[in-house]
Amino acid sequence: MEFFLQQLLNAVSLGGIYALLALGLAVVFSIVALINFAHGELMTVAGYVLFVCILYAVPLPIAVVAAIGAAAVAAAATERLAFRPMRRADPTSLMLTSFAVSAILKVLFQNGISARPKPVPLPPELSGTLTFGPVRLGTVPLASILVTCLSLAALTLFLKRTVMGKAMRAAAEDFQVLRLMGIRANRVIAAAFALSGMLAGISAALWVAQRGSVDPLMGFVPVLKAFVASVIGGLGSLSGAVAGGFALGIAEVLFQAYLPEAALPFRDAFVLGVVILILLWRPDGLIPAKTGRRS
Amino acid sequence: MLEVEGLSVRYGAVEAVGSLGFTVPKGSITVLLGANGAGKSSTLNAISGLAPSRGRIILNGAEIGGLPPEEIVRRGIALCPEGRRVFPSLSVADNLHLGGAVHAKGDELASRTEAELDRFPILRERYHQKAGLLSGGEQQMLALARALMSAPRLLLLDEPSLGLAPKVVDQIFDLIAGLRSQGITILLVEQNAERALEIADHGYVLQSGALALSGSGRELAESPLIREAYLAG
Repeated sequence: MEFFLQQLLNAVSLGGIYALLALGLAVVFSIVALINFAHGELMTVAGYVLFVCILYAVPLPIAVVAAIGAAAVAAAATERLAFRPMRRADPTSLMLTSFAVSAILKVLFQNGISARPKPVPLPPELSGTLTFGPVRLGTVPLASILVTCLSLAALTLFLKRTVMGKAMRAAAEDFQVLRLMGIRANRVIAAAFALSGMLAGISAALWVAQRGSVDPLMGFVPVLKAFVASVIGGLGSLSGAVAGGFALGIAEVLFQAYLPEAALPFRDAFVLGVVILILLWRPDGLIPAKTGRRS
Repeated sequence: MLEVEGLSVRYGAVEAVGSLGFTVPKGSITVLLGANGAGKSSTLNAISGLAPSRGRIILNGAEIGGLPPEEIVRRGIALCPEGRRVFPSLSVADNLHLGGAVHAKGDELASRTEAELDRFPILRERYHQKAGLLSGGEQQMLALARALMSAPRLLLLDEPSLGLAPKVVDQIFDLIAGLRSQGITILLVEQNAERALEIADHGYVLQSGALALSGSGRELAESPLIREAYLAG
């Protein structure tokens, strides 16, 4: 029972991180049709800010906010410097641009900071377990689930209640008409990138909390998983990204926990097998995006 | 109010509009007629900044050609696009608010919304529903109301009666005539030439992206060319 609950907790917390990452990809994709493979490096930016803050004994909440802010600024900067000049380009060129941004940032981290992992020790109160009657559960996955839920709630409020949030949803459906209303395309796109950066920053804080270190390549695996998650969910669909993220995280953890030992090296093959089955069943993803006209 | 001189719109190698000139007098309803592909929508898209164009577009003496759509709506021109193009997953309320968001804030935005709900009572009933769930006529009214939320001085209407039931078409044309009496200048593109000419002060007929005929609404309605081509006898 305890084993199952712990695994369930791990599954949901990992799924939550994938969901936040996939959301970050989906927010940008829904508006500018770009799959931003530099999304992982935004995580890395946040990770290093966390590392530096903790090195200088900055209190954890401030460190986390600074890390999220840094990822948002980095995302907006990549938009301004790399993606905006490519605005009229076709989706393939945009995607290649994102590979370039990703490669440049990785080299900057490797040469400017270090190619080797840097430790990010957690405060002791987060590294333990909490006891609920007979069951002991890890603090980090619990906190991770809490943060994911709060982030999803805040994102929903933002998208439903604020003008910019509504404008982003409208831009995903018909960007031209949104511009006819006088809402500036550049502003909506910059805001979408900043939002996507914030989501990357939050995911990075949760990711680093589980691994305890940062390195220049740490964003690669998560962004790949987020890409898979957003494809399962339906590329460009926000609720699809959340569904896909949780589906992928849960599949990974449950296969890890319950596959026979001899089959464990092939865990990813089993997970991707499930992905193939989902896509055979629903080729457009679990919750397909409503496609619209883009500017 | 609006003067267009030597306007041309090209999509790659295809010329949709070539060297077109016409004027829209203040306070009038001016109608652009023509067959499918004559360049009517391209002309409206060029004026509103959606389609790249050459030539001069002058609003109240100021050149506005080449400005992006975000700027042109700030100058007082709103386009209600062909096919309505409401934001389907947003509520009626959100569609309206986005229409006015950069033109009015707070109380002013609320009072404009209220005015549009008075003008289109059906939208008040549907206020919290998703726009995609509305009927075609309701969506057309929402698209009109959304365009009016920017309080335009010149309203461009692209095929507002397309695909609507005759009763709804009557309503829409009554509304358009009503807008003129409130001082809004209107440039109307229509397939329904008969109805359009009934309310139009001036009309222009486009053929293959160029001007074929122009005159007052009545003159055009009585012209043999128009009767033959559009009014079936």
